[in-house]
Amino acid sequence: MTSTPSDVKYTKTHEWARVDQHQNVVVGISDYAQDALGDVVFVELPETGMEVTATEEAGVVESVKAASDIYAPIGGVIVDANKQLESLPELLNTDPYQDGWIFVIQPQDLSELDELLDAETYVEFCEAQGDNH
Amino acid sequence: MPFIPHTREDVSQMLSSIGVSHVEELFSEIPNSIERADLFAIPLGISEMEMLRVLSNRARKDELGACFMGAGCYDHHIPAAVWDLASRGEFLTPYTPYQAEASQGTLQLLYEFQTMMSSLTGMDVANASVYDGGSGLAEAILMAIRCNRNTKSKRVIVCGAVNPFYLKAARTLVGSQGIELVQCSHVDGRHSIGSEDFGEIAGVVVQQPNFFGLLENVDEISDWAASKKAVLIAVVNPMTLAILKPPGEWGEQGADICCGDGQPLGVPMASGGPSFGFLCTRLKYVRQMPGRIVGKTTDMSGSPGYTLTLQAREQHIRRAKATSNICTNQGLLVTAATIYLSIVGLTGLQNVASCSHANTRYLVDKLCSAGAVEPTFGGSFFHECALNLRCDAQRVFDKMAMKHKVLAGFPLGQAFKDLESSLLICATEKRNQEELDFFCETLLEAIGET
Repeated sequence: MTSTPSDVKYTKTHEWARVDQHQNVVVGISDYAQDALGDVVFVELPETGMEVTATEEAGVVESVKAASDIYAPIGGVIVDANKQLESLPELLNTDPYQDGWIFVIQPQDLSELDELLDAETYVEFCEAQGDNH
Repeated sequence: MPFIPHTREDVSQMLSSIGVSHVEELFSEIPNSIERADLFAIPLGISEMEMLRVLSNRARKDELGACFMGAGCYDHHIPAAVWDLASRGEFLTPYTPYQAEASQGTLQLLYEFQTMMSSLTGMDVANASVYDGGSGLAEAILMAIRCNRNTKSKRVIVCGAVNPFYLKAARTLVGSQGIELVQCSHVDGRHSIGSEDFGEIAGVVVQQPNFFGLLENVDEISDWAASKKAVLIAVVNPMTLAILKPPGEWGEQGADICCGDGQPLGVPMASGGPSFGFLCTRLKYVRQMPGRIVGKTTDMSGSPGYTLTLQAREQHIRRAKATSNICTNQGLLVTAATIYLSIVGLTGLQNVASCSHANTRYLVDKLCSAGAVEPTFGGSFFHECALNLRCDAQRVFDKMAMKHKVLAGFPLGQAFKDLESSLLICATEKRNQEELDFFCETLLEAIGET
């Protein structure tokens, strides 16, 4: 059973988004996603200063068996990226919601987050995905 | 039995559903001039012995004397051992197996090749080769767009005289992806950084020595590209790197991607192909590099072993988002080049480079002292030089080929409309004194008659 904290919002592409104290949005991948990927061996971080729109590719996560794009859950400017992942990509496996954060977006319109899934809906979404396999 | 699974009915059904009446119509865009003509006058039912006679008579018509043509494909000496070894069954017949690690010998050779290319170019990493110089440039351009995430621009600046055939291939391969290649004009045959404003750019391409054989001011161009936050692509002839500054050391930061054609390293000219391309880059861009990369590792018993690495870039993992579907396609030619480099060594390669330069310099000095011709451009050249013959260079070329069976050079009018009187000549280390003097004599004669 993977963990799905309710203090973050989720996308159907398995990113999570949390609003921090500066009203910026911290982004990572869900526990469900890291579990499906397996051991993460590399994270390609976005450059800070890069402008992104919601659902645009902003990075790549590479595991021993797959590579997946990470999509921006909200439009804005990348203001920070987790450099620690360059040497410790396994943080995505061990602590996906805290130390395994990937980048921070200064959002253009924070209300875009309303479009994302809450924990309960995301769990249902993942279960439905599981049924298809 | 031909291996065609479709019946005549299948074919006509498929054609009618797309509204085409004959299969030939599907190929109507191919110009008639390059369509295969029937091999005329080969009598049916002749014996093997008779057939050999017909074919060897025809093959003889292609025989040529000394070659003074370069323009991307060079007539260098290839030590006999190169192809003797490369033609051994162990190298000649195997394709990279689908479980690549089962072929440790193939992987070790590719690893050695990558190491040699990295050290020649001064770049961190090299892949296991691409198709040729043109596809190498196209892949480098696609890579530059992927590497440069600071900008959304898809504009790439082409400085000075980059091989027009590489550019043509590159335009074909990248043109449909919204990438814009902007050719800068050249001043006296070389790139000059002007005040032109290109707006936001993703990459810059420069060739050293350039297509006219001239040395570009690569340090200045490298720094200019860096100031524009553009990814710098260096197109180089690997043989010249025995003497010239490696792209990894150009300017303050060095080139970001380096590509070129490996033909000068032990691959015969063979009427223009096949050859192989190479691609090198900085470690930080390695995940954007296409093609296979072989790494060295340690197996369970502690012995060294070789393995494909960084495969998440490739099609079997990344699927539609793979960096490309290039594999170890030119493996045999890469094998020859690796053997060539290990036989001649750095000193041998330096000798090839300096002899080629000296021979071309001798020709240029001798031809120009006669007054009938002059260098088309000023500036230093490596082992090729454009000469202004003050007449139609193509006609001079034709005369030299017909009368003396000599490939006199590359008539630049074939690629540059304003250079119809220029001939790009090249004399490699293979040309001896007799050939050089014969060339000068006959070329001046041919010019006199034109």
